[in-house]
Amino acid sequence: MERRVVFGGWVCPAILLLPQMAVTLVFFFWPAGQAAFQSLLRGDAFGLTTHFAGIENFADLVADPNYLGSFGITAFFSLSVAVLALAPGLLLAVMADRVVRGAAVYKTVLLMPYAIAPAIAGVLWMFLFNPGIGVLAAALRRIGVDWNYLLDAPQAMLLVILAAAWKQVSYNFLFFLAGLQAIPPSLIEASAIDGATPRRRFWTIVFPLLAPTSFFLLVVNIVYAFFDTFGVIHNVTQGGPGQATEILVYKVWYDGVVGLDLGGSAAQSVILMAIVIGLTAVQFRFIERRVHYA
Amino acid sequence: MMVSAPRSAILPHAVLILGTVLVLFPIFVAFVAASDELPDILQAPMSLWPGGHFIANSVEALVSGTVKTSGEPVWSMLLNSLVMALGVAAGKIAISLPSAYAVVFFRFPLRRLCFWAIFVTLMLPVEVRIMPTYKIAADLSLINSYSGLILPLIASATATLLFRQFFMTIPDELIEAAKIDGAGPWRFLVDTVIPLSKTNIAALFVILFIFGWNQYLWPLLVTDTPKMTTIVIGMRQMIGNGDTQTEWQLVMATALLAILPPVAVVVLMQRWFVKGLVESEK
Repeated sequence: MERRVVFGGWVCPAILLLPQMAVTLVFFFWPAGQAAFQSLLRGDAFGLTTHFAGIENFADLVADPNYLGSFGITAFFSLSVAVLALAPGLLLAVMADRVVRGAAVYKTVLLMPYAIAPAIAGVLWMFLFNPGIGVLAAALRRIGVDWNYLLDAPQAMLLVILAAAWKQVSYNFLFFLAGLQAIPPSLIEASAIDGATPRRRFWTIVFPLLAPTSFFLLVVNIVYAFFDTFGVIHNVTQGGPGQATEILVYKVWYDGVVGLDLGGSAAQSVILMAIVIGLTAVQFRFIERRVHYA
Repeated sequence: MMVSAPRSAILPHAVLILGTVLVLFPIFVAFVAASDELPDILQAPMSLWPGGHFIANSVEALVSGTVKTSGEPVWSMLLNSLVMALGVAAGKIAISLPSAYAVVFFRFPLRRLCFWAIFVTLMLPVEVRIMPTYKIAADLSLINSYSGLILPLIASATATLLFRQFFMTIPDELIEAAKIDGAGPWRFLVDTVIPLSKTNIAALFVILFIFGWNQYLWPLLVTDTPKMTTIVIGMRQMIGNGDTQTEWQLVMATALLAILPPVAVVVLMQRWFVKGLVESEK
């Protein structure tokens, strides 16, 4: 879409664009380029010399079982977070769309976790499930579960998934509710007159109309689980026990900041960038489709 | 309406009440812990009845912090977070509104290139380019400074895209009228476009404030003195690594202090925030 009526000249727009272009060049293109360049270099153990290593860093990553393991962990973590945040979000939105009394109160409370940092959500859940003093850990022990997420890998994974998903339910709830309220009531009424039960109305009319929203949210949730959950992992498990919850973004940080393997960390950054670009491209194809629908 | 018979109202309320309980339970337990003394928490399992020390614990955290964070008071962490969140929100709006205006209302050489250069930043969050960004911040001596905390986070296109989308809906007739009245591009920006964008600015401000307040990875890297610690990072340091007893009552009081400002912003500005969130992601 283009405007017909515009202003002329180039000095004005240049001045207007300058701040954003400067910030983008310095803090985006420069570091992104550095990451790409760095990923092709390799330093010695003392950081004194570097040499051009070509795809060596990438080859090492592909051959590194820890890295491949981290890929699997990230995939499992992201999909679990997405499903666990989407399903309750949809359920709560459908229910909130049906009630009149108290709707505003429910909505306000359900929105609150959106404002809570993932890192803090992690601490709140860690406190509930702390093997020594956690309220829910004690409850689990009472029913015979040997709960210690610091030693047990599946339990650690479950805890970080719960904390990450808890925070994200708000976001999905909000978008599903907006999607539901955009469905014309006449469609639902027509099918009610035809005698469709509420359950049937949901699966044959509401759910298909929500499909674009759901797909959009799926991508957003996966991106969230990929990147924004660093704080959850860093606070709750530090990637442990062993490397059981070491997701990719945590590994980039750990290898670069703690392990000081700059080339390897940069190569991981480049791979992450490729993943985000891929996910964004998928999302844009879908957005184009949705524009045609509407 | 015939669709919703009264009997069907019980199930939705039951589900919604369960949902709100799940949302509130972790926050409630944090509140109980923040109102207890440490021995009450350590005699596991702690009681779920609030104790009487909430004010005392909050004041202690605010004024004298904890041993593990070398006594850095929480009020200074809150102040750092506030500066960072306001800086990110105001900074991003201040650079993206003019650039969106330039891209939409002007025709000039390299316009497409500029747009795409900004647009591509949408894809890559700061988390994927942390090490090189850190090196650049170090080269520009931005470590342990507010500029270092803020600037790399405003290099992103989300706000620009939102403004661009909104500016496209401003009718051509308005520009024609402005031109006939002899207004140039600056007049049009200040007298017409900015007043029309008020709601969008408010919505974006809420979202960016929360985004800035809740940052974790970047502040962790770019600050390493207690003076510059943000509250989300500071709370992590209070927990420590298990060498000495964590003062949970203070940690939980701090957690509540850390979530209070963004939650208050979301609740009080709910209408704008919801509109902004749903529209900016389209």
